[in-house]
Amino acid sequence: MDRRKFIRTGSLALAGAVAAPTLASALPGTKVEAATLAVPETGNKGGVAAAMEHFGVTEGDLRKTMAAALEKGGDYADLFFEHTFSNSVSLQDGAVNRSHSNIDFGMGVRVLKGDQTGYAYIENVTLSEMVNAARTAARIAEGGATVNPVALTEKRLTTNYYPVTTPWEEVVLKEKTPYLQKLNDRVFALDKRVQKVSAWLNDSTSHVLFCNSEGVSYYDYRPMVTLVALCIMEENGRFENGHAARAYRQGFEFLTRDVVELIAREAVERTAILFQAIKPKGGEMPVVMGAGGSGILLHEAIGHAFEADFNRKNVSIFSDQLNKKICNEHIHVVDDGTIPFNRGSVNVDDDGTPGQKTYIVREGVLNSFLHDRVSARHYGLPSTGNGRRESFRHAPMPRMRATYMEAGNVKEADIIASVKNGIFVDNFTNGQVQIGAGDFTFFVKSGYLIENGKLTRPIKDVNIIGNGPKALADITMVADNDAIDNGSWTCGKNGQSCPVPCGMPSALVSKLTVGGES
Amino acid sequence: MIANEYKELARWAMEQALKNGCQAAKVSLNQGSNASFELRDAKMDKLQQSTQSRMSLFLYVDDRYGTYSTNRLEKGELERFIANGIEATRYLAKDEARVLPDEARYYKGGKPDLQLMDPKVGALHPDEKVAMARAVAEEAMGKDPRIISVESSYGDGDSLSYLITSNGFEGETANSWCSLAASVAVRGEGEARPSSYWYESSLYLDKLIREGIGTKALERTLRKIGQRKTQSGKYTMVVDPMNSARLLSPLLSAIAGSALQQKNSFLLDKLGQKVGSDKFTLVDEPHLTGAPGARYFDGEGVATERRVVFHQGVLKTYYIDTYNAKKMDTEPTISGPSVLLMENGEKDLHGLVADLNRAILVTGFNGGNCNSSTGDFSYGIEGFLVENGTLTTPLAEMNVTGNMIDLWNKLVETGNDPRPNSSLRVPTLVFEGVDFSGL
Repeated sequence: MDRRKFIRTGSLALAGAVAAPTLASALPGTKVEAATLAVPETGNKGGVAAAMEHFGVTEGDLRKTMAAALEKGGDYADLFFEHTFSNSVSLQDGAVNRSHSNIDFGMGVRVLKGDQTGYAYIENVTLSEMVNAARTAARIAEGGATVNPVALTEKRLTTNYYPVTTPWEEVVLKEKTPYLQKLNDRVFALDKRVQKVSAWLNDSTSHVLFCNSEGVSYYDYRPMVTLVALCIMEENGRFENGHAARAYRQGFEFLTRDVVELIAREAVERTAILFQAIKPKGGEMPVVMGAGGSGILLHEAIGHAFEADFNRKNVSIFSDQLNKKICNEHIHVVDDGTIPFNRGSVNVDDDGTPGQKTYIVREGVLNSFLHDRVSARHYGLPSTGNGRRESFRHAPMPRMRATYMEAGNVKEADIIASVKNGIFVDNFTNGQVQIGAGDFTFFVKSGYLIENGKLTRPIKDVNIIGNGPKALADITMVADNDAIDNGSWTCGKNGQSCPVPCGMPSALVSKLTVGGES
Repeated sequence: MIANEYKELARWAMEQALKNGCQAAKVSLNQGSNASFELRDAKMDKLQQSTQSRMSLFLYVDDRYGTYSTNRLEKGELERFIANGIEATRYLAKDEARVLPDEARYYKGGKPDLQLMDPKVGALHPDEKVAMARAVAEEAMGKDPRIISVESSYGDGDSLSYLITSNGFEGETANSWCSLAASVAVRGEGEARPSSYWYESSLYLDKLIREGIGTKALERTLRKIGQRKTQSGKYTMVVDPMNSARLLSPLLSAIAGSALQQKNSFLLDKLGQKVGSDKFTLVDEPHLTGAPGARYFDGEGVATERRVVFHQGVLKTYYIDTYNAKKMDTEPTISGPSVLLMENGEKDLHGLVADLNRAILVTGFNGGNCNSSTGDFSYGIEGFLVENGTLTTPLAEMNVTGNMIDLWNKLVETGNDPRPNSSLRVPTLVFEGVDFSGL
């Protein structure tokens, strides 16, 4: 069976809504042979027209739905159509023996009246259901002038941050399984102590059609892939586990021998080190954050508190701190939706604002909150393109994209050498923050003790807790080795999860509270 | 209850699966609706409403197994979806442990209704829901000059499911829920804006506690002002009933068949062994009428029954489903817990605290994790220093660190005050000699 034929008969990709082959070609520049970010000028039929056909709606339907959304006096409305097809293939006990596929299809109607939001969604996309949903969402507005929606014009995306060479919709299961098998074999080959390996490959493809009462419409094609290995080792009756992952907005071209080798090695190294690791003595101490995943500190310590919904409501510890200098002038913290193939990148966010790069902290000064449409309207500012939603089942809210610190001016080795007694941490599992109190935490899977300026014993399984503004002020040295962690970081907020990579150069925080034995 | 047309659709899907190459199959249909009304300072901030339906197919094809789900429920599309699923499954490796449960283990029906569904929840007018949330807010608003924000909400919903297997199981479930919540933020020291919350929930509208929510949220916020860390060291730890179930979760993960089969459990090979103190007794009571989590069968259709999970610290059962039982060559039990009740002591939180000279009361966890292989944990906490039986300094920015087995062996008292509307009914817990790190 040749590949074309299999697509027609065997691939689940076509089990979706309509028989359109794939919408990948409907977005100019989405599918390219050599990955390039520029969208070619020569467009074919606009993405929006093709997407409307895909979702089975006409411009008249959209107009009628929009009119119903605004009939109670709402001052803004948008419609968000989504068709997501996701696949998961996994290996356990040496065999690729499980798979799951899911189709999610539907549309949501949002109505705004000042800061207030009404939201409803449906799965069965017909005109009457859309109008019903619109009327439900419209109830947020009571009285007030009726706004007439503007005729739709397509917003052509000028840059595509995640062009795909081979869309997942064209890839069948048997093409994926060898990579999982190889990953399993490599993990077992790398260390004799390996007892169990689980590996899984998740891919998803979303077609998004957006239009609003201001006349803006766009179509976005969003690929995503995650490859994970989990490794269990045994040494003298003791067990430890470790995992490694890579995740990007990419198609099948993501899967290479190199990425498999990288994940296998990282999973093994991260597990093996735990057998030598101890729990440190707990308490306040200097902490050197290693380059990469340490960006979780930024995500928790300031990222969330800068999401402008919290500031609009005045409940963030940073609500009154904008334009104040709060840390070392070598510190620049960025939230970026424009990194090629990054999981946090957005061609357009989920309320119609183009993807962009926003400085949260510039030269040590708090520069900008992270806005969605609602908070931007509240502050009378342009949105920063941070309005994201988990799916059509949710209204957007301010969310981070990829949050990282730019490079500083010292060497990592010099930072470590400056610490007499402390710890170095570079492998994390999760974190959390209290927006108002500012207390944030992150869990350290492994790291090292620093004794007299040198890394000594490995440490593991300790939580670190600090306070956002204090921790930022306590960052005294920033190295030149900036790095983004492209693991599968996912952030949960108000019941919605969102892909959010983070990154950081190595940096010294002069004082944090480290969990441990007393 | 799920409408007949949807049940027929599930049965039709089952026939399609069996006709087109499956030797066995399971089909489930899940439907739900929910509504939420969020207020800020007693003014509407956000309303949301929705309903959803999804079909899930569990296909057994030539000793291979794949699962597929979709919210596109039109027959023509489903027909293609099922055929494609069968074809994709054929590309997987064989897995002979994948079989439907022995039909003798299925729930056969006939037991009294568990009373988990209140039709009044769905029938209530949105204006009345908003009025309840407004009343919650008004309890707190204007009661203290330091208040910055009072958020309150009402939410409700229902979830329905219908499950059939090709070897004869048929069952359905339905439950409703409703809840009221408040969150209050105040101006604290410096730039800090401490906040806290309180909520009530119920399966039944008439049983939903509507009063005291805003007041409690405000009290819980005000008492946090001036939080600081205290000296690192070993303390007696008291955990309140809002948070104590958090400490049980790693144990539940560790006794799941999937973790045991993958040797990713600190309770591996511990069945019948003492892993906690004499005070630690936990029972799974699936048939408790009107209780969230109650059920006569699990996701496989297997009949639930009362199980002692821990008895005076001795581990009495693992949760092992059909698949993992076959892989481990052992007898299956049930795929997971339903309603877990911990044996209660004599006193509530206040009574237990009153007996302590020096301790830390934990009123919230902040992040942290537990190593699933070793049971080593470390969590951020907030709470209060307990001195001579009373709460003194409010604490925050501290960690509690240890090992789960060691911790549960240090359980010295349990309270009589679990939250009633939870499927994990864990009261106030008191542990001795726990490591806290702060200053």
